[in-house]
This record gives sequence, C-alpha cells and structure tokens, in this order.
Amino acid sequence: MTPLAAILLRDMRIAVRVGGGALMGVLFFLVVVTLVPFALGPDLALLKRIGPAILWLAALLASLLALDRLFAADHEDGSLDLILMGRTPLEIVVAAKGLAHWLITGLPLVIAAPLIGLFLNLDAPAAGALVLTLLVGTPALTFIGLIGAAIAVTLRRGGLLLAVLVLPLTVPVLIFGVAAANAAVVGPIPFGTPFTILCALTLATLVVGPFAAAAALRQEME
Amino acid sequence: MRLSATDLACRRGGREVFAGVSFSVAAGESLTIRGRNGAGKSSLLRTVVGLVRIADGKLSLEGGDPDLTMGEQAHYLGHLDALKPSLSVEENLRFWSSFLGAASVDLSEPLRAVGLDALADLPAAYLSAGQRRRLSIARLLAVRRPLWLLDEPTSTLDAAAQTKLAEIMRAHLDGGGIILAATHGPLQLDGARELNLDNVSAPRPTMDMSA
Repeated sequence: MTPLAAILLRDMRIAVRVGGGALMGVLFFLVVVTLVPFALGPDLALLKRIGPAILWLAALLASLLALDRLFAADHEDGSLDLILMGRTPLEIVVAAKGLAHWLITGLPLVIAAPLIGLFLNLDAPAAGALVLTLLVGTPALTFIGLIGAAIAVTLRRGGLLLAVLVLPLTVPVLIFGVAAANAAVVGPIPFGTPFTILCALTLATLVVGPFAAAAALRQEME
Repeated sequence: MRLSATDLACRRGGREVFAGVSFSVAAGESLTIRGRNGAGKSSLLRTVVGLVRIADGKLSLEGGDPDLTMGEQAHYLGHLDALKPSLSVEENLRFWSSFLGAASVDLSEPLRAVGLDALADLPAAYLSAGQRRRLSIARLLAVRRPLWLLDEPTSTLDAAAQTKLAEIMRAHLDGGGIILAATHGPLQLDGARELNLDNVSAPRPTMDMSA
C-alpha cells in the first residue's frame, strides 16, 4: 500500500468507527434544513424559491463541523511529527486527508440533498441541479477548510477560530453555487455560466488548499 | 555510518535551549543524552530529526543516503505514541509501516517481539500506557531505519519490558544502527556513551577563544 492510500484508508476507517462522527455532518444538515420550514411557515412558493440557498448554507455549515479535528487529532497524539518527518511531501498528505474528509462528510451531503430537498418543495429538475452544484462545490469547501484547520492545529478550541477564518473565504463558492442552482430553476441566466465559474473555483482550491495548509502546518509545528 | 554534530544550537520561543553541543556517534554505537528537566534533551532529538530548525551549528550523517533527509532515515520515538484509539493494534502498526515505506511486511514478527501478538485485534483504546509504548516500539522493528532517536523510551515500561527493549536496542546496534536516547533512568546498554546537556547548555560566550 502506498503512503497515500494508507492515510486515506486510515482516516476513513477512523471516521466510521465509534466516535468518528462520519454521519454527524449529514445529520446536522438534515436538522438545519428541517428547522427552516418551522421558522418560515408552510409557504410552499417561498420555500421553493429559497430552497437552494438554504441547502447550500446548511451544507456549508455541515462541512465545517468535523474540520477542526482534521489535523488537531494528529497533532495531539504525535502522529503529525512522524508525518512531517516522512518521505511523502506534506502537501500530498494534506490533500489525501482532505479527500478522505470529503468522502466521509461531503459526499453523504450530496447524496442526501435530493431527499432533504423534498422538505423545501424542490422538484426533480431543481434537485438535480442542486446535487450537481453540491457535488462540484463541496470539495472546494473542504479544501478551503483545510487551510483553517491547519492554522488552528495547535489551538485547544480551534473550532470557532476555524469558522471565523474559513467562512468568509467560502463566499465566492456560496455565491456561484447558489446562483447555478437557482439558474436551473428560475433563470434568467443559463445554468452553465455560474456553474463553470464554480468548477473553476473548485479546481483552484484543490491546488491552493493543500499548499497553503501544508505551509501553515510547517509554521505551526516549529 | 557516522552521525556527527558540531556546535549545535537550538532556540525555541526566542530562548536559547542549548548551544555548543557536539557529539559523534558511529554505527553500532549509542549515545545516552542526560540532563535536568528543561536542559533540552527532547529538543536535541527533535533538532536531529528536523522537527526543530537548527539555529546554529552543523549536523551530518556520513554514509547515509544523500537523497534523504535525516528524518527520513530515522525513527523518532517521542513522548506521544502516535496511535489512534479506534484502530486495532495491528491496524495502527500496519498504517505506520505503510506510511513509512515498508510495502508489505509481516507484522506478526514485530508484534511478537514486543509481546502484543495476542492483542493484535484489540482496539488501541484498551491498551495500558506500557502496552501503547510497546506498540510504538514495534514500529521501529516493522520498518528498518539506521538511526533511532528515543525520548524516554523506558517510561511506563515494566522491568521485563525494559529488559526486552534493551535486547531490541542491542540487536539494532549489532546490525550497524545508531541510537540516541534521552533518558533519566538506566538503559541496560553496555558501552553506551553519555552526553550531559547540563555541562554544555550554558549559553556560549560571545567571544569564541578559538576565533
């Protein structure tokens, strides 16, 4: 097994074991989305109009949930020292950890979104567009979050700092994600325009995230 | 193979931890690092593996692989055991041996050497402190590295396990390895040289007499 596969497999295995919290993100997502109709009242037209935005916001918050433990857990038990010493470039390790984190927290959100969208009166085309935007957009959220997780690695209660650091950076992803999902439902702009920009944002974060996070980790561990 | 340090200095948090540390250890030799609390024993080990930047001085490994950094040729056994409580004993060891580059080794041998073969399927959360330490030591056996840096290796180990560790260390030295160990207690290693940081950690005078 390559070092990368080893990291990926280990992180996913820990997440699905007791206390790993693999399903916490998707449950949180469900709870937040369920609360919205209670708060707004049963106005189906309104729910349909703001549905994509609500789902995107909930996905954003849910994908931040377990992020603060991503590097902090490895730091606290000494694993990070051995990872830093290792032959595998830190950037690649960070990317593998990000991928593992997305597979166990981001992907379930994407899969659950059409079902949860029913609560917000989303019809099939709208749900399809939403799933597509979430599939493309949630990796960007995770990889932006990597940077915050790396900066907060040595802090005891890094979760709050992480949210404050990361949420502003996710604004472009949120704007174009919601814009693309709305475009498919109400128009007037074509779906492709904001969706292409969302794809570009994700590709950029996939490159920048691991490098920035690795630089932050090296700085923190000195 | 020879690990040598000349006038090594370490600064952490703006404070000089030690300066002017020199030593030279050849293959098959061990160096015991002693000193009061805070003398910089752990910092010295972390400096050697590259986890702390060298503030001053030189560190070299003659006869090592020039393409690899010091950390990539060394095992570092720190205060923390680098184990995940939800993974089993065997899974923890398999992860580190894969990550550290041993493609597919038989893990039953290292586990037997530290006496954990019967507990291979037990989650690491249920291990005692001494068993966790022994599992960390198994990592040194699963992946071959010439340089071993051990920080208080005998802490939490019982008498039998300490004797076992001494055997493991002797076998490593006989195979041409190098051991640097920071410890307060005895290591049961014959012919181990000693480096006392209390004698060298005084800040270096600004005017070097030889200069």
